Amino acid sequence: MFDKTLAELAIGLKTGQFSSVELTQAYLARIKAEDDKYNSFITVTDELALEQAAKADATIAAGDAGTFTGLPIAHKDIFCTQGVRTSCASKMLDNFISPYNATIVDKFNQAGAVTLGKTNMDEFAMGSSNESSFYGPCSNPWNTDCVPGGSSGGSAAAVSAQLTPAATGSDTGGSIRQPAALCGITGLKPTYGRVSRYGMIAFASSLDQGGPMTKTAEDAAIMLNVMAGFDQRDSTSADRDVPDYTAELNKPLEGLRIGLPKEFFSGDINADIAAQTQAAIKEFEKLGATVKEVSLPNTALSIPAYYIIAPAEASSNLSRFDGVRYGYRCENPTDLEDLYKRSRGEGFGPEVKRRILVGAYALSEGFYDAYYNKAQQIRRLIRDDFSKVLSEVDVIMGPTTPHPAFKIGEKSSDPVAMYMEDVFTLSLNLAGLPGMSIPCGTVDGLPTGLQIIGDYFAEQKLLNVAHQFQLATDWHKQSPQGI
Amino acid sequence: MEWEAVIGLEIHAQLATKSKIFSGASTAFGAEPNTQACAVDLALPGTLPVFNEEALRMAVKFGLAVDAEIGRKSVFDRKNYFYPDLPKGYQTSQLFHPIVGIGHIDITLEDGTTKRIGVTRAHLEEDAGKSLHDEFPGMTGIDLNRAGTPLLEIVSEPDMRSAEEAVAYVRKIHSLVTSLGICDGNMSEGSFRCDCNVSVRPKGQEEYGTRTETKNINSFRFIEKAIVGEIERQIDLIEDGGRVVQATRLYDADKNETRSMRSKEEANDYRYFPCPDLLPIVIDEDYIDAIRQTLPELPDARKARFIEEYKLSEYDAMVLSADHNMAAYFEVIAKTANDAKLAANWVMGELSKLLNQHDLDITNSPVNAEQLGGLLLRIKDDTISGKIAKQVFEVMWSEGGNADEIIESKGLKQVTDSGAIEQIVDEVIANNTPQVEQYVNAEPDKRGKMIGFFMGQVMKASQGKANPGQVQGVLKQKLDALVS
Repeated sequence: MFDKTLAELAIGLKTGQFSSVELTQAYLARIKAEDDKYNSFITVTDELALEQAAKADATIAAGDAGTFTGLPIAHKDIFCTQGVRTSCASKMLDNFISPYNATIVDKFNQAGAVTLGKTNMDEFAMGSSNESSFYGPCSNPWNTDCVPGGSSGGSAAAVSAQLTPAATGSDTGGSIRQPAALCGITGLKPTYGRVSRYGMIAFASSLDQGGPMTKTAEDAAIMLNVMAGFDQRDSTSADRDVPDYTAELNKPLEGLRIGLPKEFFSGDINADIAAQTQAAIKEFEKLGATVKEVSLPNTALSIPAYYIIAPAEASSNLSRFDGVRYGYRCENPTDLEDLYKRSRGEGFGPEVKRRILVGAYALSEGFYDAYYNKAQQIRRLIRDDFSKVLSEVDVIMGPTTPHPAFKIGEKSSDPVAMYMEDVFTLSLNLAGLPGMSIPCGTVDGLPTGLQIIGDYFAEQKLLNVAHQFQLATDWHKQSPQGI
Repeated sequence: MEWEAVIGLEIHAQLATKSKIFSGASTAFGAEPNTQACAVDLALPGTLPVFNEEALRMAVKFGLAVDAEIGRKSVFDRKNYFYPDLPKGYQTSQLFHPIVGIGHIDITLEDGTTKRIGVTRAHLEEDAGKSLHDEFPGMTGIDLNRAGTPLLEIVSEPDMRSAEEAVAYVRKIHSLVTSLGICDGNMSEGSFRCDCNVSVRPKGQEEYGTRTETKNINSFRFIEKAIVGEIERQIDLIEDGGRVVQATRLYDADKNETRSMRSKEEANDYRYFPCPDLLPIVIDEDYIDAIRQTLPELPDARKARFIEEYKLSEYDAMVLSADHNMAAYFEVIAKTANDAKLAANWVMGELSKLLNQHDLDITNSPVNAEQLGGLLLRIKDDTISGKIAKQVFEVMWSEGGNADEIIESKGLKQVTDSGAIEQIVDEVIANNTPQVEQYVNAEPDKRGKMIGFFMGQVMKASQGKANPGQVQGVLKQKLDALVS
C-alpha cells in the first residue's frame, strides 16, 4: 500500500478497498516505526489526522468525495497550520502554535486532505542539505549517511521513505527540485505567483514559491489542482484561471522542442549525472521530441545575484522575529537592546545569521547600488536569457543538480560549496519560471534528477512532458533499498 | 548679526480610511489596546500585506489639490529598523517613487501678504503602534491598534522663514486635508502631526545652516512655540561660539523647550529596498481624471466664492473658508439670517470666542448652525437687540434650546410698544435734571453726542429690552421739545 500513488490511493478510497482512517492509521504507524532513521518529521499530527480522516470517510460515504478526499499528505513546517506548532525548523519558533492556516493548508483541508504532520527542513528554508534544522539533520532514505537535500529535505525524505504519499514543499532557489532529485522523487516549483504565499513563512518574498513533492508527475498535477490559484491575501499571486493540470498529461510529445543549455553540461558536474541526463534526453527523442543546444549565458551569474537578493529580502523578512510578540525570547533581558540581541542571537542558527548579515550588508547605505541594484540587473539579464531561449523551444532540460547527495557534514563547513549545489535551480527562481525535477537514474546507488523548465504558467506542459517520460521509464518507481 | 531661519516641515496625516492600509482591521481611535490588530498587523509569520486602494484615492486627491505631479508608478519600500511598536521590524513606506511629486500651496499671512510654499512630495506609509510606558511600572506595554493606519507624509520645501509662515503652512495643509475629507484633522488624537526641520543662517547667506528635526508636534500652538524656541536656541548657541548638532529633537510642551532625542551619528541606516510583497501601483490618466471629478470645493476656491457671493472682506473670507466645517456652518447661518456680514461677525466673534475658551472644535459646538441662524433672525426682525442676543447665545450654549424659546422663557423680547418706551423716557428725563439742563444749554451740534447718556439710562431701565432705534427717536423728540 505504501508504494501507491495519490491517484491509486484515491481509487482505493473511492472503491472502498480501505478507509481514510485505515490509510491514515497505517501511515501514522509507519512514521512512528520508521522515522527515527530519517528524522523527516518535526511534528506528527496524529489526532488532527485521524479527525480529518474520519470526516473524509463520512464525506466519501455520503458520495460527496472529491479527488483529494481522504488522501494523506504532509506539510513542510514552513506552512502555518492552525493549532499546530509551525517552527520553520528554528529554535525561534519552537514554541509557536500558529493561530491561522496558510492558504494552501486551508485549500487542502477544504479538499478533504488528511494532514499527517509537519516535515523537517533547513532553518527558515535556508540551506541545501537540511542540516541547518534546529531539530537535527534529516537523512536520505537511499543512504542514511547522506543528506536528503534541502531545504524541503524532510518532505523529500518522507515521500521517498514512503512515510507519506506526498508532501508540500517550498522552493526559493531549488528547495523543492534539489531534494526531489537527491531523494528520487518528483518535485514541481510552479511559476512565481501560481500558488499563494500567504501563511508560508517568508524567506525571500520575490523568489519563494510553494509546490508539490510526489512520487509521480500525475500526483504533482493532482496536488497542484488543489494548491494553485489567486489569493486575495497575496498581492503577488497571479489572478488568472487555473486549468485542470491532469487534463493534458496524456498528450503525445511528438514535435516537442527541447533546448539543452550548454552551460548546464559544463563546469563542475558529475560525469555520470551528465551522461544520465543525456540518456533521458534520448528517451524524449524516442517519444518524438527534437533537441537542440541553446545558451543561457548568464547562468554563472545567478549564484552571486541570488545570494544578494535572497539574503537581502531575508534580512528584512526575519526582522519580525524579535522576541516581542511571539516565538523565542531570551531569559531576563536587561533592556530593549539586550532583548533583541539575545533573543535573535540565541534563537537563530548560524546559517540564518550568516544570511541576515550578508543581506543587511548588501542593503546598507553606500553598498545598495553596488550589490542590490546590480543583482536586480543581473536578474533581468537572466530572465531575458530564458525568454529568448523559450521563444525557440518548448522546454529546457538539464540536470537538476551537479552532484548526487553528499554526506552529512561534508559541506557544512564550506557554505560556498553548498551554495554551488543550487547552480542549475536558482536561476529559475530569479526568472520566476516553473521547473520540475523527475528521477532519471542513479549514481553509486543515489538517485539523480532531470530538470524540466518551461515558460511562465506552462505547468501543464511540464507535467505532460514529465508524465510521458514516466510512462516510458521506471526511474520514478525505484525505491531506496529496504523500502 | 541678523539671522534668518529656514524651516521645512513633514506632516503626517492619518488617512480617514475605514480599514488599515495593508489589512482589514479597523482604524477607529480609542479602542481597548490590541483589539484592532489582526494577524497582519501583529506581523505573524507568513502574513502578507494587501494594499487598501482607498488610501491611494485619498493620496491622489491630495496631490491634485496641491497641483502636484501624480506618480503614474509608485512603489512601496521597506524602511528597516527595530522598535517594539513596529511589529514587522520595518515600516512600509515610499522612498524612491512616491505617489505625489512636486506641488505647491499658497499661504496668506496676517498682514495679508501671500507666499508660495513648495510641496516636495507626499507618500503613503503605515503608522506604527504605541508604546505605553506609564501603565506598567518597570515594563513597556505595546498597543498595536494604530499599527498599519494609513499615513500620508507630506514633505515641504525649506521655504518658510518664520514660525508664523510655518503655522500658516500647517494650517493650510490641515484645511486642505480636512476639506478633501481624507483626514479628520484631529491633532490631539494624533491624526495630524508635524515634524519641524529648523536651521538658522546669517541673513544673506545662501548656504543652509545645520538643521535639527523636532518630531511629532500635535498642535498649531506647539508648532509655533517649538519653532520659535528652536530658532532662539540655535542663534544663542552660535552666538555663544557653539555649533548646532544635526539631531532629532523632542518638543516638551510642559517645559516649552526642545531636547535632543538622538544625534545623526546614532541614526539608523534604514536599508530601504522595494517591498517584494507589494506590486508597484500603476495608475493612468483616466484614473486620475475620475478622482479629479470627485474633488470637493477647496479652501482657495471657497474663499473666492465667499468674497463674490457674500461680499465678505478678504480677511473674513479667508478665516471662514479655511476649515470646511466652519465654512459650512457659516453658510447655513448666512442663508438662514439672510445677512452674511452679521453671520460672519457672529461666527468669528461670539462663537469662536466661546469655542476657544472651551477648547472645542466647530464640529463639537454645543450651538449648531440652525440654532445660531435662528438667533440672528431675531436680531434682524428686531425681536431682540444685538446685546440681548449675546445673552440668549450664552443660554443656548450652556442650556440648549432655540432662540424663540429662550427669548420667551427669559422674557427678553424687545420692547417696541411706544407707550411703554415713552413712559421710561419720561422717567429718565425726570430723574436726570442736571443732564437735561446741560443738554438744553448745549450748542446744537454737541447735543447729538450727549443723547448717548440718556440712551444708556433708558436701555438700563428697560433691562436692555427697549428697541434702541425707537428709544433714540423718542428721546430726541422729547429732549428737543424741552429746548424750544
